[in-house]
Amino acid sequence: MLRLLEGWIKSALLEIQEYARLQSATVRGCVTRPFYFRDVVEQFEQIGIGSLTVVLLTGFFTGAVLALQTGITLDQFGARPFVGRLISASMIKELGPVLTGLMLAGRVGSGIAAELGSMVVTDQINALRTLGTDPVRKLVVPRVLAGVFMAPVLTVVANTVGIIGGWLIAVFQLRVASSLYWTSVIEGLYLEDAWMGLIKPFCLGFAIVTIGCHVGLRTHGGTQGVGRATTNAVVASSVAVIAVDFFVTRLLITLLY
Amino acid sequence: MGFAAQRSASLEEGLGAGSPVLIFDKVSLAFDDKVILKDISFTVIVGHTKIILGASGSGKSTILKLVLGLLRPDEGIIWVNGERVDQMTEQQMMKVRADLGMVFQEGALFDSLTVAENVGYKLYEETDMPTDQVHRRVEEVLGFIGLGEYSDRMPSELSGGQRRRVAIARAMAAKPRILLYDEPTTGLDPITATTVDDEIIKLRDFENVSSILVTHQLRDAFYVATHEAVRRDDGVLQIVPADPEKSEEAEFIMLKDGGVAFEGYAAELRASSDAYLKTFLS
Repeated sequence: MLRLLEGWIKSALLEIQEYARLQSATVRGCVTRPFYFRDVVEQFEQIGIGSLTVVLLTGFFTGAVLALQTGITLDQFGARPFVGRLISASMIKELGPVLTGLMLAGRVGSGIAAELGSMVVTDQINALRTLGTDPVRKLVVPRVLAGVFMAPVLTVVANTVGIIGGWLIAVFQLRVASSLYWTSVIEGLYLEDAWMGLIKPFCLGFAIVTIGCHVGLRTHGGTQGVGRATTNAVVASSVAVIAVDFFVTRLLITLLY
Repeated sequence: MGFAAQRSASLEEGLGAGSPVLIFDKVSLAFDDKVILKDISFTVIVGHTKIILGASGSGKSTILKLVLGLLRPDEGIIWVNGERVDQMTEQQMMKVRADLGMVFQEGALFDSLTVAENVGYKLYEETDMPTDQVHRRVEEVLGFIGLGEYSDRMPSELSGGQRRRVAIARAMAAKPRILLYDEPTTGLDPITATTVDDEIIKLRDFENVSSILVTHQLRDAFYVATHEAVRRDDGVLQIVPADPEKSEEAEFIMLKDGGVAFEGYAAELRASSDAYLKTFLS
């Protein structure tokens, strides 16, 4: 039993050490040559444009259902016209970044783990190293840059369509005047909220992609291992999204408000 | 200029004909309690082939990974092209790898790149060689292995044998002085395996490439050791049985339980009375 615990602690510490090493190698790869510009552009397209549909749909329906649910509650206080304020604050500060993060964890995190995992088990990563290419610079850096910079863009898109979804429900279902809704949306927003909504996705994007890369590059055990790595990447990055969101929120509340 | 690492004049002289390009000196490696290699020592001479035989899990592929710096030994010294590599960092190893080519067991071709992109990968991505010059080199190498018309195909569209030959082309594109083959013919039918063997022989005899061939396919091991490539008067390349002197440019190593069970030439291996070797060869 003690041996089992010792083994578990050792392997957990090894994972943390390797994750930290990957992060530091990635940061070094971002600021030193060689730099694989074509791969960076390709990843911006794959992670950014490729995730647009899922983010659009998630954002829209989240805003719409939020309007439906809060409309009923607000009615009890005669505050139905304030639905816009609630939706904009909720979407921009919390739901937009977190839901976009979760969608990226599912789509991008799993994709990266599966792709890199397959490359590991088919010796393609070793082939890259043999051919003189550092896999971190070639594969990890472009994905991390794309994740870090596209997550905020996608979050803004999710926020926008979420507020539009809320507007449709507010106008056609809750019978709130359109002008009243938009006034409420703007009144409910403060500059600090916008900063919070913009800063969080940078951290979430970094966490999702680095976890996906780490899990993918540590894949072992053939095709079964790739399946395991994919599942682990989704689970770990989804939990990381919620946890990082909490800690960054706590930090930003201290710094901004 | 892109092709294999430039050497100083003194190193070039030091690694001339008859010199060792690769030395393993009492190399040992274990994963936890499992001993993979124990006190392995051998040398590879310029232009010669070292054929490493052994059962599955005997540490054959591990030797290649140690040469490439993909693994580090627990003990012992490894010299590659006059440089001690067993304690080098990943960054330092990149320079050593410029002069090494590796053919992986299943080819390890990049499945999102075409055959031409795979073959020219190193020259496109890791050198400043002009693109048209890279194209020419890719065409030349694909022509050498007889797959010139397959340059635009994806690896998934190739047969097993063609994939291995493309892997050989990728490994040789940057003109390395040492080529490492990890089970290049495993899983191939005898006829296709012979085409791969022929490429190995041609590279050794025409490009003067030193090589390590890891395999458990005895037929291929003996074929490579006992044949040579010659150019006929009409310019056509031909693989013919090698004379005894040429056959001695290929030396066998048999691994067993992490150690060397046999080291010598093809004829000596065939004549060995060792029970294990006899079982392996039967």
